[in-house]
Amino acid sequence: MSLDTFLSSSSTTTKRPRRLTFSRPAKRLFFLGLLVAGVITLFMTLNSRGNWDFVIPFRGTKILALVLVSYAVAVSTVLFQTVSGNRILAPSIMGFDALYVLIQTVLVFALGAHAASTLNPQLRFVMEVAIMVLFAGLLYRWLFGGTRRSLHLLLLVGIIFGVLFRSTAGMMQRLIDPNEFAVLQDMLFASFNSFDRNLLWVSAALIVGGSVVLWRIGHTFDILALGRETAVNLGLNFQRTVTIILIVIAIFVSVSTALVGPVTFFGLLVANLAYQVAGTYKHRWILPFAVGLSILFLVGGQMVVESLFSFNTSLSIVVEFLGGIVFIVLLIRGVGR
Amino acid sequence: MIEIKNVTKAYDKAVVVDGVTLQIPAGGITSIIGPNGAGKSTLLSMISRLLPMNGGQVLVDGLDVTTTAGDVLARRLSILRQDNHIGSRLTVRDLVTFGRYPYSKGRPTVEDLKHVRMALQYLNLESMSERFLDELSGGQRQRAFVAMVLCQDTDYVLMDEPLNNLDMKHAVAMMKILRRAADELHKTIVLVLHDVNFASCYSDYIVAMKDGKIACHGSPYDIINANVMCNVYEIDVAVQDIDGKRIAIYYT
Repeated sequence: MSLDTFLSSSSTTTKRPRRLTFSRPAKRLFFLGLLVAGVITLFMTLNSRGNWDFVIPFRGTKILALVLVSYAVAVSTVLFQTVSGNRILAPSIMGFDALYVLIQTVLVFALGAHAASTLNPQLRFVMEVAIMVLFAGLLYRWLFGGTRRSLHLLLLVGIIFGVLFRSTAGMMQRLIDPNEFAVLQDMLFASFNSFDRNLLWVSAALIVGGSVVLWRIGHTFDILALGRETAVNLGLNFQRTVTIILIVIAIFVSVSTALVGPVTFFGLLVANLAYQVAGTYKHRWILPFAVGLSILFLVGGQMVVESLFSFNTSLSIVVEFLGGIVFIVLLIRGVGR
Repeated sequence: MIEIKNVTKAYDKAVVVDGVTLQIPAGGITSIIGPNGAGKSTLLSMISRLLPMNGGQVLVDGLDVTTTAGDVLARRLSILRQDNHIGSRLTVRDLVTFGRYPYSKGRPTVEDLKHVRMALQYLNLESMSERFLDELSGGQRQRAFVAMVLCQDTDYVLMDEPLNNLDMKHAVAMMKILRRAADELHKTIVLVLHDVNFASCYSDYIVAMKDGKIACHGSPYDIINANVMCNVYEIDVAVQDIDGKRIAIYYT
């Protein structure tokens, strides 16, 4: 006899208090959507002086890049936090983007600047992403595939990985021929003001591809957040799901790093804000909130940098400053435990 | 029936579970007792495929736990570990609803919600179903997790020290709930217990482990006696019959 048949005799209809939590995030998400639409419209039209033939494609590609980066950073951070089981880590803190920079450097180092610069940039990018997926998959799978590790260990490993990747890349950059270094520097100098337009469509394709994969396993995210043992108990193939998610994270981090360079704390900022604003744990809500907030900040921030500071400051500095403060506050409050 | 065939777990050279062969009958409560480090929890983790085994095989109703698809097994067997820390801020109802995941894959149907309501009712959690887990006492939280596992509606329920951190009152209440689930819902419940007297009073079958092996197994009447207890725990234990229950006295 199951629980069902046993209780169906004894259970009468007990009134359940109606929950309003369902509509609250929806309402908030709607407002966030309006804000995002507003800031994008403003970005497209502000000071355009009617020169639409130039403004639309120029700012359009810029918006596309910003949206892609926002999406990649937000989704990868939220899912990374779910997989690692805490709220104060982000892929960049664990050295993901440093790994990507290292891969770029090694590629120029190994192939030589001539080959690297004559190689089709899209092809080179896809190659870099493939290598990134391979190494990130290998490195981070053992960290997160098994039982949950302590936050201290993860932070320590992240710092060491980051320093290791960065200093190895730095050493190689010093070793190579100055001409080759110039080519490499050109690749590494991506920023919010001068993103790599060649890679925009490849990036969009990769993001869409990754998102389709995520969409198909979307129902597992809330379960993963319960921890490995509960997830396995509920029938999840934990190792496989985590591996898939880490691969998509590696792709997303590659995309955002290739387009605008490393951003360390921004993901952390939007992921935590998303949890605060959405007021729910469900990824169905958290992910759109994080993406919306991310777009709002990046597009709005870029607008402010362009029109207010007239390019005198870099958006990444502002974003990192705010994100860094959030990171410190989180560490002090011990949210991750 | 759970069939454990020659199951072994070793970390490097330290053998934790050493070629255990055992059959756990369907129905009723089976308690696994034994001193710390006897391999009880490890054995339970391997039965529930939380931990890979180095050798041997576990069959649950004929399904091999290492090769059967996770979601198929999740509808047969559930496991509750001792410390369940959850990062997300969940309400009791949210947690219990997760118990339906093996059936609904995150989209609970009307049928699933009925199960949720019943599980809450069964553990008397209805009044606090909208409270957050971190606002509950240890006993209430434990009950919420048991509700989730019951909501999963599996024939086999495995629990690793369900009485951990519970006071006398809550420990007795928990054991009564489990006894009821075994009697009324015909669940097969396998527990790792530290308190031999709870095992004695509430189980149908007791398995005593020592040094990674099965020391002996049988009915509470057979297992809870001075000889076996002294042998398993290596201390002096006096066993007395009190109201038809075997009670071990080992405090002095």
